Amino acid sequence: MPPGQLPATAPVQWYLIVSAALFCIGLFGMMTRRNAIAMLMSIELMLNAANINLVAFSGYLASRTLAGQIFALFVIAIAAAEAAVGLAIVINVYRTLRHVNADEVNLMKW
Amino acid sequence: MIQLAWLIPTIPLVAFVAIIFLGPRLRGNAAYVAIGAICASFLISTGVGWEWFFVRHAEGAAAFLAPWAPTGVDWIRMGFTVDSLTVMMLFVVTVVSMMVEIYSIGYMHGDERYARFFAYLSLFTAAMLSLVIANTLLLMYISWELVGLTSYLLIGFWFQKPEAMRAAKKAFLVTRVGDIGFFLGLLTLYLNTGSLELPSIFAQVGRLAQHPVSVPAVGLILSVILGIGAYGFAAAILKRVGRRPGMILAGGLSRTAGAIVAGLVVFGIAFALLGVGGVTISLAAVAALLVFWGAVGKSAQFPLHVWLPDAMEGPTPVSALIHAATMVAAGVYLVARMYPVFHADTRALTVVAGVGAFTAIFAATMGIVMNDIKRVLAYSTISQLGYMMMGLGVGGYAAGMFHLMTHACFKANLFLGSGSVVHGTGTQDIRQMGGLAKKMPYTFWTFVIATAALAGVPFTAGFFSKDEILLSAYHWSGGRIIFYAGLFGAFLTALYMTRLVVLTFLGKPRGPSVHAHESWKVMTVPLVVLAVLSILGGYVGFPGHNVFGHYVSLEAIGLEGGEHAFSMAIALAGSLAALLGIGLASLIWWKPVLRISSLAPALGWAQTLAANKYYMDDMYDIVVVRPLMVSTQAMFAFDRWVIDYLVVNGTGWITVQLSALWGLFDRYVVDGLVNLFGEGAKLGGRTLRYVQTGIVQQYALILIVCLVLIGWYFVLR
Repeated sequence: MPPGQLPATAPVQWYLIVSAALFCIGLFGMMTRRNAIAMLMSIELMLNAANINLVAFSGYLASRTLAGQIFALFVIAIAAAEAAVGLAIVINVYRTLRHVNADEVNLMKW
Repeated sequence: MIQLAWLIPTIPLVAFVAIIFLGPRLRGNAAYVAIGAICASFLISTGVGWEWFFVRHAEGAAAFLAPWAPTGVDWIRMGFTVDSLTVMMLFVVTVVSMMVEIYSIGYMHGDERYARFFAYLSLFTAAMLSLVIANTLLLMYISWELVGLTSYLLIGFWFQKPEAMRAAKKAFLVTRVGDIGFFLGLLTLYLNTGSLELPSIFAQVGRLAQHPVSVPAVGLILSVILGIGAYGFAAAILKRVGRRPGMILAGGLSRTAGAIVAGLVVFGIAFALLGVGGVTISLAAVAALLVFWGAVGKSAQFPLHVWLPDAMEGPTPVSALIHAATMVAAGVYLVARMYPVFHADTRALTVVAGVGAFTAIFAATMGIVMNDIKRVLAYSTISQLGYMMMGLGVGGYAAGMFHLMTHACFKANLFLGSGSVVHGTGTQDIRQMGGLAKKMPYTFWTFVIATAALAGVPFTAGFFSKDEILLSAYHWSGGRIIFYAGLFGAFLTALYMTRLVVLTFLGKPRGPSVHAHESWKVMTVPLVVLAVLSILGGYVGFPGHNVFGHYVSLEAIGLEGGEHAFSMAIALAGSLAALLGIGLASLIWWKPVLRISSLAPALGWAQTLAANKYYMDDMYDIVVVRPLMVSTQAMFAFDRWVIDYLVVNGTGWITVQLSALWGLFDRYVVDGLVNLFGEGAKLGGRTLRYVQTGIVQQYALILIVCLVLIGWYFVLR
């Protein structure tokens, strides 16, 4: 059995469905939550859903390079960086406006 | 040397250009440039003449031609010719020009435009010399016109005088009327012989004489012209005279009605007499008569003589050179040069003789009653030119030209002398003169000698030349009438000239001549030279040893002609006529034995008629000048109201209105389109900006929705 390949138990579609579901939940959360931190958490969820997708394909497609898993590592690192930056912005917003309600930060409107 | 003959007119032309450009710097020395040029021309003429007479003349006329301008078929050539006629004219023009220019140093002294005067004189000399050596009709015509131009410039030299400008215009316009004839004659000859060069034309003239040309309705045209002329005369007389008793056509009639009646009467009579019929003459005669019309204008023959008396408004040297000796002789020269054309059909010569004889007498009658010294000499010139034409017309080719030569000498002398008199007394009216003989001896004696020559006193130059003309007239195939006219003219000439001399120089001084003084040497020396020529100049034509007639003869130009033997009877007749004139004038005006005042009531009308120049000027004024002025006004009004106002301003107005329309278009359509885009962009912006709510989640929503759509598109493709 090639390394990194899981024994065939669950079909790959199940992983993809899970990944899609998570992605949609994250998307929904990002779009509807008022709190900016909650938006960030939703974004993390989206990223992780993408990770699941990548790893699933990596496990189910015969490949010698493990590209998907490596890619997932990259995504985790980037998610971390992006979370840091996002939190820095949220903290600045809180310092200025004393709240982090996304729907009230609309100075850049028409 | 003969090949250098082209330099003869060129040197004075160069002098003209030089004086025009260097005038302000030359000042008084301009005269010497001009005189230097003419002396050079004289010397070259002498050289040419020497070579001609002693070397070349046996070979026939020398001609030099050079290609000048291309036409479609051939080249027009310009050139000059040297024969006896040319040499004779060269001498006349250069010698008289020299004398006049020297005289002008004194006469024009102190004039503001002194240099310009000599420039114009040089130009005239250049043009005249070019005329006499020309071998082609084109060059002749060009020189002819140039001579007319310089005449205008010189008559109007004192242009601040309105009479002078009027006279200059009149001279130019009247000679212009003649020039039309010359040009038409030139065209006729060119179209029918295919050449403008004289030798070629003369060779073909025999053929032209056989070519009949029928001129229809000559009678009708002449009747109309005579009728209009009669109307003009009648109107002029009635205007001048009113209803003074004893005058012709007076009483009761209003001016215009009387004039119209007179015109109709004359028209009717003329029409009845002349008939409607046409006349058939030859092409040669047509060309000759057209060219003669040009000569009529330039040489002041009837009816185009009216400009010459007025031309006396110019400075006296101008009158002497141009209007006595040379330019007016150009017409006579033209007839002589074109003699083969005239000779081909002798009817043309008859017309020439008739016009000449009539003019001779007509002008002489006016000379008797004039009181301005220059006017008398002007009418004398017209009369003598008539003599020359008469001489040419009766077959006296040599006689006419001989008279031209002698006339140039004594007439120039008379004019320069009159200038001296005017300079000395300050007036031109002979009634204000008298007793100048003692005070101005040089002027007086030279004037007397010249008068004797003009009258034809035996052994002066004029005697020989006049005798030649009378001789030719006597032997004319057309009868004796011209001869008797010539005798009568000689009598009249002596009469008016003696009157002039007596009233000017003799008797007791009247008016300003009390303080008269002789003129400077620079003015009297030319007088003396010309007086000497007036006596000696005739001996080249001494009967029996006629050197002149030997060279300037019909045989020399290839025609048949006779030299008539000297007749003592005719010479005596001429002298008798002259002496009668002198005697009668002396008795009337010098020692008043015959009181003409007793004749006054009977002949007063004749005096008035002559003194008013037979109302010819008035007639021309009514028939020609007034209608011309009216049409000028009409043209001017047309020009001003139709062309300027209607067309030009109208076009401008229309353009302005059209521009306004375009402006509207520009503002509302073009700019509107542009604004449309702008407003569209603004509208778009105003509408679309609502998308930017500032709420990040809505941006994210839009983003996702679009992504989904794009994903659908790719999946469902």
